[in-house]
Amino acid sequence: MSRSDVLVDADWVEAHGGDPGVVLVEVDEDTSAYAKGHIRNAVKIDWKADLQDPVRRDFVDKAGFEALLSERGIANDDTVILYGGNNNWFAAYAYWYFRLYGHDNVKLLDGGRKKWELESRELVTEVPQRAKTSYHAQEQDHAIRAFRDEVVAAIGQDNLVDVRSPDEFAGRLLAPAHLPQEQAQRGGHVPTAKNVPWSKAADEDGTFKSDDALRALYGDEAGLDFSKDTIAYCRIGERSAHTWFVLHELLGQPNVKNYDGSWTEYGSLVGVPIELGDGK
Amino acid sequence: MSADGCGAPAGGAPASAATDAGAQAVVQGRVTRDGSAVAVGYARLLNSGGDFVAEVPLGEDGGFRFFAAPGSWTLRVLAPGNVRAERVVSADTGKITELEVAV
Repeated sequence: MSRSDVLVDADWVEAHGGDPGVVLVEVDEDTSAYAKGHIRNAVKIDWKADLQDPVRRDFVDKAGFEALLSERGIANDDTVILYGGNNNWFAAYAYWYFRLYGHDNVKLLDGGRKKWELESRELVTEVPQRAKTSYHAQEQDHAIRAFRDEVVAAIGQDNLVDVRSPDEFAGRLLAPAHLPQEQAQRGGHVPTAKNVPWSKAADEDGTFKSDDALRALYGDEAGLDFSKDTIAYCRIGERSAHTWFVLHELLGQPNVKNYDGSWTEYGSLVGVPIELGDGK
Repeated sequence: MSADGCGAPAGGAPASAATDAGAQAVVQGRVTRDGSAVAVGYARLLNSGGDFVAEVPLGEDGGFRFFAAPGSWTLRVLAPGNVRAERVVSADTGKITELEVAV
């Protein structure tokens, strides 16, 4: 897998965003951003309303994902280009989610909405009308999704990467600093996890750093053993999807899972070990 | 804004200033250019070691808000046209620290 298989740049989107067989999808943390302006021809997916089960804490099921993509006019053989705000956090989450349900022809716009906006590229409010499709999803690929018992089993055995900010890792904050401090019952991190904030993988404009820089970041600096399996987590699994993308899609690590339960689940479990304090 | 999600406040930043910090250490403010709000741009919060901690898009009124931990922080603003501005700010629990950033 090379970068061109999983990333496109803004010039490519300007040239090909309207091509048949290409679907641009905006996925934001701030779900009102799309209405204020989006890339021409882009449809919207709401990470919460569209991708989460409305009752249980879980994803929409296979039939739900099929209904969503069919309604948005996305076909099985379409090339889906995802982008969003906050350095593609939620776009990377959607990327991982599309792959979870077997849609392999999916890419990220490098730099996402931020780089696009900072370059003053065109944003429109016109919502494209796409004909409905009959999308068929695969069963979830659990080779890329970790559950809590696997996280506990990985302590001291495999790579655990906590991609939250240092203050969240240490237990001083329970949420990113732009959100109210609430959520898990306890602060801290999974014992033996390495703290590599997701943001270290991105430059200030939101684009991903070079493969060499990324390999040095996770390998030499953080001390991940690339011969071992890896589980990435954050608070609710979206920032860690960004890191999953780096490790699995850009660096080609074979066994990398995203733990979407993340700290909001782990930090509320009864009886599991927790470590406090800064990374070593 | 939802309490259980990771969603940013509507518009990416508060339309009105918080009135009660409660147990939070709030850093908030507004970005202006020639007295007018900068509505397209980003506010980034860096810790005392210079590491990135959080980022929000500016609101329609140029506003931003962070729920930080007590301590010293650097606020960096990015806006189109390679605009960069930085302010060092200190946050305290139960207090709202207000910043006006002119770029």
